Amino acid sequence: MNVPLNYLLVLSGVLFTIGVLGVLVRRNAIVIFMSIELMLNSANLALIAFARSFAPAAGALRGQVLVFFVIAVAAAEVAVGLALIVVIFRAKKSIDVDQVSSLKG
Amino acid sequence: MLSSEIVGGTGLFSIAPLIIAFPILGLLINLIFGRRSNEKFVGIVASSAIGLAFVVAVAQFVALLGQPAGAAVHVADWITIGEFSVSWSLKVDTLSATMMLMVTGVSALIHIYAIGYMHDDVRFQGDPGRYTRFFVFFNLFVAAMMILVTADNFLMMFVGWEGVGLCSYLLIGFWYEKGADGIGNAVAGKKAFVTNRIGDFGFLIAMFLIFGAVGSLQFDEVFHWAHEHGLANEGVITAITLFLLLGATGKSAQIPLYVWLPDAMAGPTPVSALIHAATMVTAGVYMIARNQALFAVSEFSSSLVAIIGAATALFAATIAVAQFDIKKVLAYSTISQLGYMIAAVGIGAQVAGMFHLLTHAFFKALLFLSAGSVILGIEHGHHHVEHGSSGSAEAFDPNDMRNMGGLRSRMKTTFWVYLIGALALSGVPPFAGFFSKDEILTDAMQENMLVYILLAVAAFFTAFYMGRQILMVFFGKARSETAKHAPENPPIVTVPLILLALGAVIGGGLNFPGLHSLTNWLEHTLHVHVSEFNLQVSLISTCLVLLAIGLAWLLYGRKPMQEGQVDPLRRLLGPLFVGMENKWWVDEIYNAIIIRPYIALAAFLADVVDWRFWHDWFHDTILARSFRAGTHWLSSGFDAHVIDGAVNGLGSLTKEAAARLRLVQTGYVRNYALALFVGVLLILSYFLFV
Repeated sequence: MNVPLNYLLVLSGVLFTIGVLGVLVRRNAIVIFMSIELMLNSANLALIAFARSFAPAAGALRGQVLVFFVIAVAAAEVAVGLALIVVIFRAKKSIDVDQVSSLKG
Repeated sequence: MLSSEIVGGTGLFSIAPLIIAFPILGLLINLIFGRRSNEKFVGIVASSAIGLAFVVAVAQFVALLGQPAGAAVHVADWITIGEFSVSWSLKVDTLSATMMLMVTGVSALIHIYAIGYMHDDVRFQGDPGRYTRFFVFFNLFVAAMMILVTADNFLMMFVGWEGVGLCSYLLIGFWYEKGADGIGNAVAGKKAFVTNRIGDFGFLIAMFLIFGAVGSLQFDEVFHWAHEHGLANEGVITAITLFLLLGATGKSAQIPLYVWLPDAMAGPTPVSALIHAATMVTAGVYMIARNQALFAVSEFSSSLVAIIGAATALFAATIAVAQFDIKKVLAYSTISQLGYMIAAVGIGAQVAGMFHLLTHAFFKALLFLSAGSVILGIEHGHHHVEHGSSGSAEAFDPNDMRNMGGLRSRMKTTFWVYLIGALALSGVPPFAGFFSKDEILTDAMQENMLVYILLAVAAFFTAFYMGRQILMVFFGKARSETAKHAPENPPIVTVPLILLALGAVIGGGLNFPGLHSLTNWLEHTLHVHVSEFNLQVSLISTCLVLLAIGLAWLLYGRKPMQEGQVDPLRRLLGPLFVGMENKWWVDEIYNAIIIRPYIALAAFLADVVDWRFWHDWFHDTILARSFRAGTHWLSSGFDAHVIDGAVNGLGSLTKEAAARLRLVQTGYVRNYALALFVGVLLILSYFLFV
């Protein structure tokens, strides 16, 4: 069954928007990371949708390969980010990002 | 004219500049080494300098014998501005050589005399270099006089003219702490200088007019122009000659500017003898003689010169009759004799005028120096008396003839030379004055009868006052203790007197009737005419002289004046005598009419115009106040508020901006994330829609 491209793109956009809103609104650091993951994965979805729609004749898998890159990058970023959160928790005993405001001018 | 054949200076002429250089060298040596040396060194250096100058003058005379037209010796270029050029060249011709010989010769003798006369000044406490200073000034005077006499253009002559005026001032006020109120001598010097200045003003104006009319100040060119275009420009030439006459009346002490000469007697006697008898005062006569070409064109000026000369001769002679100061008599006598000379050059008898100038130099210098000898004797006698008795210090005037008397026996040499000088001055034959004065009288009788009469009457007075003086000073009995003890002076004082007396005796030979040596000599430079011996004139003048001497003997010789006695002439003439004694109140008149208003004007200008108006009101009130107000506004109003406001405002602006911008840094990560997001949107929309 062929899902039309537009449906996939709309889904991708909605997911991205939810992710952005989550980053901007939520205070919990882990939820912010989850929202970032959501944004990245929405980008992955868009990539797959386009790759499937405009598949080249020779069978190259360019879009899919790029998805792998994005997944790897997301994983690495999460590793670093979670390490930062652990350190911040040790200092602040909380993962509320509003409490990391020592650089307030 | 005659001097158009002047050639350059070669042979003996070329050493002519030394006649100025030697006195300058003498004064420089004395100036530098004089303080540390002794009296003899200073005197010898100064006198030798003049002696050497005399040798140079003789050399010029010898050179002129071979080349009577003369020569011009170039010394230096001076001013060259466009058309106007003045250089310093010495004009050696028969007229200037005559002056050179006379001035250096008489000066040398007077320098030697002064070595002895100024001896008392060697140890003067308040002014250690006094003796040296005298000889420096004396040499400077001779140098300046030489510059005047050898000048070949009006400007150089004026340099010498001013120079002799300066030296006269310096030397009159030489004993600056003496005189009335402790400044009398200085005041006399100032009077001489200021009066001379008025004459100098005349000379300057004449120079300006000459340059305007001729375009040059060289004597040769001016006289040539006068010869060619004289008749067409008689007006200008009259103006020029009148201003030159003003200069001459200042320098040669004629009416109206003679008033400085009697006061100048405050100076030491060698100064009176040299400057105010023989040399400086003759500069005016020389100047008019030199400018014969100009005066010959203007009838009016020549007549005026003659009248002024004759009037001065008579006027001064009347004053001399009633003077009691021995030097004042001689001073007024000098003014009177200068009147003779001026009158002579005024009526066109240049030779007679120069002849009288030469003989007068001899006998007047002799008379002054002898008077100085008398004064020295009286002063030394006074010391003798003062030290002997308990000494009552009343004011004793060594010059007053009433304190003298009977000096014939005590000061023999002085008496004889003084007598010779007096006879020469009175015009008794065969002494020098007779020949020169008679030549003037002869020429006057032919040219201008009024002048002749005035001069003849003056001759009568001359003989009278000289007789009076001789009888008062040397005959009779001593009228004071001092006169009884007055000693004769040492040879260094008396020998120059004897030499000058010789000149007074044989001086008539300079232009003896028949030989006319001086006429022939001056013929090469001036227009001359031979003045033949006129028996009538000579007889009249000799009779007048003998009459006057007889009258003097009647009044002063037969019954000599006793101590404290009133002058017999006073009883005879009454109010006339009072007038003569007070010099006809000329000084007082000048004081009232000219000097007091002038001083009042100067005081007004100084106090009111300069101080109260200019300084107090304009400067202090207007300028200073407005300046202060302006600067006050600038500093408090402008600087404090505007400038400081701008700078401070800049600072506070920065602070405000920083305060505002600081608020961006909230420290909240979510705010930063929002900012990022908005930025991304903006960039995307830019790429999509632009």
